[in-house]
Amino acid sequence: MDFGLTEEQELVVRTVRDFVERELYPLEAQVERTGELPRELGREIQDKVLALGFYAPNIPAEFGGGGLDAVTFALLERELGRTSMALNHWWFRPSNILCAANAEQRDRYLLPCVRGERIDALAMTEPDAGSDVRGMKCFARRDGDDWIVNGTKHFISHADVADFVIVFIATGEEGSGKQSRKRITCFLVDRGTPGFEIRKGYNSVSHKGYHNCILSFDDCRLPSSQILGEEGLGFEVANTWLYATRITVATMCVGRARRAFDIALNYAAQRKQFGQQIGKFQGVSFKLADMITSIDAADLLTLSAAWRLDKGLPANREIAQAKLFASEMLARVTDEAIQIHGGMGLMDDLPLERFWRDARVERIWDGTSEIQRHIISRDLLRPLGA
Amino acid sequence: MKILVPVKRVVDYNVKVRVKSDGTGVETNGVKMSMNPFDEIAVEEAVRLKEKGIATEIVAVSLGIPACAETIRTALAMGADRGILVETDVELQPLAVAKLLAAIAAKEQPGLMILGKQAIDDDMSATGQMLAAFLGWPQGTFASQLTFADGGITVKREVDGGMETVALSLPAVITTDLRLNEPRYASLPNIMKARKKPIETLKPADLGVDPTPRLKVLKVVEPAKRKAGVKVADVAELVMKLRTEAKVI
Ligand SMILES: Cc1cc2nc3c(=O)[nH]c(=O)nc-3n(C[C@H](O)[C@H](O)[C@H](O)COP(=O)(O)OP(=O)(O)OC[C@H]3O[C@@H](n4cnc5c(N)ncnc54)[C@H](O)[C@@H]3O)c2cc1C
Repeated sequence: MDFGLTEEQELVVRTVRDFVERELYPLEAQVERTGELPRELGREIQDKVLALGFYAPNIPAEFGGGGLDAVTFALLERELGRTSMALNHWWFRPSNILCAANAEQRDRYLLPCVRGERIDALAMTEPDAGSDVRGMKCFARRDGDDWIVNGTKHFISHADVADFVIVFIATGEEGSGKQSRKRITCFLVDRGTPGFEIRKGYNSVSHKGYHNCILSFDDCRLPSSQILGEEGLGFEVANTWLYATRITVATMCVGRARRAFDIALNYAAQRKQFGQQIGKFQGVSFKLADMITSIDAADLLTLSAAWRLDKGLPANREIAQAKLFASEMLARVTDEAIQIHGGMGLMDDLPLERFWRDARVERIWDGTSEIQRHIISRDLLRPLGA
Repeated sequence: MKILVPVKRVVDYNVKVRVKSDGTGVETNGVKMSMNPFDEIAVEEAVRLKEKGIATEIVAVSLGIPACAETIRTALAMGADRGILVETDVELQPLAVAKLLAAIAAKEQPGLMILGKQAIDDDMSATGQMLAAFLGWPQGTFASQLTFADGGITVKREVDGGMETVALSLPAVITTDLRLNEPRYASLPNIMKARKKPIETLKPADLGVDPTPRLKVLKVVEPAKRKAGVKVADVAELVMKLRTEAKVI
């Protein structure tokens, strides 16, 4: 067993960390203060990353992406996670699901995304269908070779800057009675399609400057050629292509937690009360010990899940464990980092209050902690017939 | 033209260095190590010269323990073509480094050697000058701009009094100052290519050089903690104190 990084991985980590620290950290305060990242600034970040050949690192090299394996990609995401979502998302990782595109769709959607010419967003969630995605109400009725879509999606991340959205829509039902389930189909929907509107979403406590949107479909007509994969097989396409990227939240939590930890560690070594550094009080030092232990544990859980992906081993449970543990770890670590700072930890002079706010969403999006526990326990119990 | 760029593995500039408890040096165990920032500037300059078609090959050289290969790899990821590692456990001082580099230069016959003006660990600022002396080549130290014309090179140097411009014939030794350029990040394609680029490993004996240190470090201590200052009432008192206490005027 080898826990060491290869030389390439070391260089990837170093380069991404340097870039994030030098190019993105200085923009954080502005994003937090205004709650916005001007589009031109986003474009500048995109251009720099494109020039580095680091754009779309998750997409296979045959499509012009970075073609990183799962472990190296996890390491990259970990470093990106150190900085605000509003900034790091301009280092675009187009949705892997676009790799399911047919030749014609590839030219119109996947390749322009890899070249930084178009931006994608992905929509499953609806006001009445969150964890229970299959319960979605957004519906497409067949009309000849077209589909007429009606319904609403919400909480759709960065759709405000997207040129098109990958949308999951019900296209019928199969089976009957208790056995009946909706047929879900994945569509590519261009901004500007008549009957399709992208509206401003809610103001979130987490990730200022990274917006969520509401999508509404009002008799929106989509030709069958906009279907990604096959009609009725939307979740199959999603499971095939989005399976591996579920690890993203876990990796980002680890990167963020390390940054918060370093700030807390240094403060504990400097701040004096009662005539000594507060780090010398066991009440503070043991917190640090627990923090770093849980960060390392989350890191290893995440990287080992990524390693399983690279080895082609089943990783469904392991990815869920990493997401669950890392997101809950980040909540504790950011909370304790503030505690170690006392009152100053709550002030926006330091980044800790926003790390703490940002941490809150990690236990909710991409499958709540409860849903992750559900996945983990089903994985264990199903084989036993329970 | 072939360019040789020596790159040194040093404690990362962001690390707060600590003196070892036995006073023999600074702690490097478990400390983040990086390429000397001035050497990064040297690599960047060489890569730019290659992009401009002035250089044809860039060779990155590092001397020291096997981990110095990582520093060479970083140079390769920035765009250097191949590496040479001179492996030794002996603590290397500027004189030995200059001799080793001179021996490599004799072997490689580069048209230019670009070094950092100093390494941020011991700040000796001596290697480039000694190297030029050993080779009998002209030197342009503390360079903040290089211009190539008529088979020679014009170097703008940052000196105490301001800027000095010198014209050198080639081959020459250049040492870089901070303002020469801003080094690039390694690109992903170059990182991936770096592994396939060759690194040749030599021993000092292969180059006929004895690297034994000539200088002896007696003791390394932390800088004295600054004491709080005092307020003076007026200029007269200040002058008096400067004269009688500080004894500087
Ligand atoms: C900022 C933000 C950005 C987002 N971006 C996107 C996006 O880009 N695209 C997208 O499609 N979605 C996005 N989402 C949606 C996100 O994935 C959902 O919020 C998440 O899946 C939970 O759904 P919900 O909010 O409707 O909560 P609900 O599903 O209503 O859950 C409410 C509570 O019930 C619990 N619960 C539900 N079912 C169970 C169960 N079976 N067992 C135990 N407990 C259960 C949940 O854990 C939770 O605590 C985003 C959300 C946020 C907040």
